[in-house]
Amino acid sequence: MNLAPLQLCLLFSSALFCIGLIGALSRSNTILVLLGIELMLNAANLNFIAFWRYGANSEPATGVMFVIFAIAVAAAEAAVGLALVITIYRHQKNIRLQDATRLKG
Amino acid sequence: MGLSVQFLWLIPALPLLAAGIGSIAPSRDRTLASGTAIAALALSFLLSCGALLTALANPADHATHNFAWFELGHGAVRLGWLLDPLTALMCIMVTFVGLLIFIFSTGYLRADARFKQFFCFLSLFAAAMLGLLIANSLLLLFICWELVGLASYLLIGFWFHKPAAAAAAKKAFITTRIGDLGLLLGMVWLYDSTGSLLFYDGGNGVLEPSVLAALGGSTAIGLLIFCGAVGKSGQFPLHVWLPDAMEGPTPVSALIHAATMVAAGVFLMARVFPLLTPDALTVIALTGAITALMGALIAVAQNDIKRILAFSTVSQLGYMMLAIGVGSWTTAIFHLLTHACFKALLFLGAGSVIHAAHHEQDIRQLGGLRGPMKTTFATFAIGMMALSGVPFIFSGFWSKEAILHAAHAWDVSQLPLYLGLAAVVLTAFYMTRLMAEVFFGAARSDAAGHAQENPPTMTVPLGLLAVCAVGLGFLGTPYWPWLQHTLDPLAHVEAGGYGLMMVSIVLVALGLGSGWAIYGRKSRVKSSAADPLAVRAPSVFAFLAARMKFDELYAATFGRLNHGLAVFADALDRHLWDGAVRFFSRLGEFAGVVNRETDEGALNGGFDATSEGLRKRAHSYSRAQTGDAHGYLLMVAFGFVVLVFAVLLGGAR
Repeated sequence: MNLAPLQLCLLFSSALFCIGLIGALSRSNTILVLLGIELMLNAANLNFIAFWRYGANSEPATGVMFVIFAIAVAAAEAAVGLALVITIYRHQKNIRLQDATRLKG
Repeated sequence: MGLSVQFLWLIPALPLLAAGIGSIAPSRDRTLASGTAIAALALSFLLSCGALLTALANPADHATHNFAWFELGHGAVRLGWLLDPLTALMCIMVTFVGLLIFIFSTGYLRADARFKQFFCFLSLFAAAMLGLLIANSLLLLFICWELVGLASYLLIGFWFHKPAAAAAAKKAFITTRIGDLGLLLGMVWLYDSTGSLLFYDGGNGVLEPSVLAALGGSTAIGLLIFCGAVGKSGQFPLHVWLPDAMEGPTPVSALIHAATMVAAGVFLMARVFPLLTPDALTVIALTGAITALMGALIAVAQNDIKRILAFSTVSQLGYMMLAIGVGSWTTAIFHLLTHACFKALLFLGAGSVIHAAHHEQDIRQLGGLRGPMKTTFATFAIGMMALSGVPFIFSGFWSKEAILHAAHAWDVSQLPLYLGLAAVVLTAFYMTRLMAEVFFGAARSDAAGHAQENPPTMTVPLGLLAVCAVGLGFLGTPYWPWLQHTLDPLAHVEAGGYGLMMVSIVLVALGLGSGWAIYGRKSRVKSSAADPLAVRAPSVFAFLAARMKFDELYAATFGRLNHGLAVFADALDRHLWDGAVRFFSRLGEFAGVVNRETDEGALNGGFDATSEGLRKRAHSYSRAQTGDAHGYLLMVAFGFVVLVFAVLLGGAR
């Protein structure tokens, strides 16, 4: 099977996304769920890079710019997520995601 | 030192100031209230003397000081002060008699809790009365006239916890209001005819010849103004309030209802005398004559010492009106001045007796006071002789003679003269009866038996008034009619008529003699014994004792009419107007109910149903929010997978 580098990259990123998703769904520790989500995010970043590198017009550094922005936003989001985790811990003395159901309708 | 007319307002202003101080002074401070009142009135007396000096410098001159009060339409309402001998003499009389009565009151009301209010009211009265005297405008006179009525109301009802006093105050106020309505109408009519209410205004005043000539004589205006005097001066048929007014404290009776206020009507008629036409004068003369005789008749059968004096006042005021009616207003003022002194003296004497006898006013319960109360007896006797008209010494004789002579000279009718002569006999008779019952014989009750002479604050005023009751008469004898000529330099005084004088002396002697024969020779033994006259003519005596049934007559006619009107008005109000109002309120209520039903049923119902549906829908949606983050994520993943399949199978692009 002869695959172009772009397809390889996409396959890799798909695998990375699935690993992240499964991790996020199967863990009950909120921090590990956040880690899974972070993996999914990075899979998307990989796609940006791949499409830029092997795409039609690779001269402007558009893909890199997108990724740098995404990483910055992800960092901020991780900070907010961890702050939420700490607050949840203070309320329920653990960080089990299943227990944090107070907002259900 | 004369007082010029510009400063005439000081005379009423001082007592007014005293009334103001009295009203804010603490109740406990008795000397402050009485002291300021007496001091203010004493100053007013001195100022009045100054005013008299100014007026005497030129008696025929009517000095005025007019000023605009406020602008109204295309003219100004003007008021003013007037200074002539009439004003000045009346001011002196009011302040002098008032001063003595104020001093007497400090003794009489020594034990009263509302001492301060009493002096406040007295000062207010004095201020209003003096304002009335100095007014150069019928409007200002009317304002003060009503203030005097107010003060009289307050003072008659001073002991308002007694129902009789409260009722008497109301009666006095309402009865005089009936007359005042006439005065007001006359005033409006006069203003409409002449465009001015000033008495003297440099040729444009209503009492000055040019205006009088333009007016051409109006009987109606004169009679309407006379209505006010009828009410205020207790003339027939509005005399009924005056005897009831004796429910007030005795100094009030002396000051207001004997000496000054009731004389205001006579003063008013004397003031507006040039306005009166011969027809109006005839009415006034007959009214006065009827009042004089009627008052004297009723006084014969009264048993309350103050009521006898009250009816005597009614009778004497009738004399004054008679004098005005027959055209001799100077004589009326002469009698007014002498009467003020001796009637104040008699009332204060009665007050002295009442105070000493522990508020016993029934002459049947008194008696024998000659011994213990020598000063009161002597002064009261002087007053009594002055009122009866004992010849030559006492002032009442000269003033009454002057009136009778004027009536004799009246060319319209001799009827007033005869009525007046009859009243002379009766006056002497009832005063003798009063003296005999109160001062002679033996004490017929414990209160009278324990009576003591009063302190000097009460006896000194009596003495001073007694001096005046004698001396004042010599100012107006036919031989030296100083007073009449001062008041009106053109006055014609009837000098002759010794025959009439003899007749009148004989009549006085007849009255005194018969009175003494019936009541004095064999004095009453028991208080329950029947009156000698009542034994001889029971029905007449009872009729007179019931005051000729005037009150009953008014109750049966005007009272019933008024009551009927009130019932009719009440029914009108209760059924017609109330019914209409109730109908409209029911209508409004019904409209409200309909509105509410529409609102709640139709409008609110629609909104309620809609929002209820929304709420249910939202509730069911909210079930989706399980609160399980894994669930949400799973759904996202599932959705993603579905999306991927859709893209793959659908062949995107």
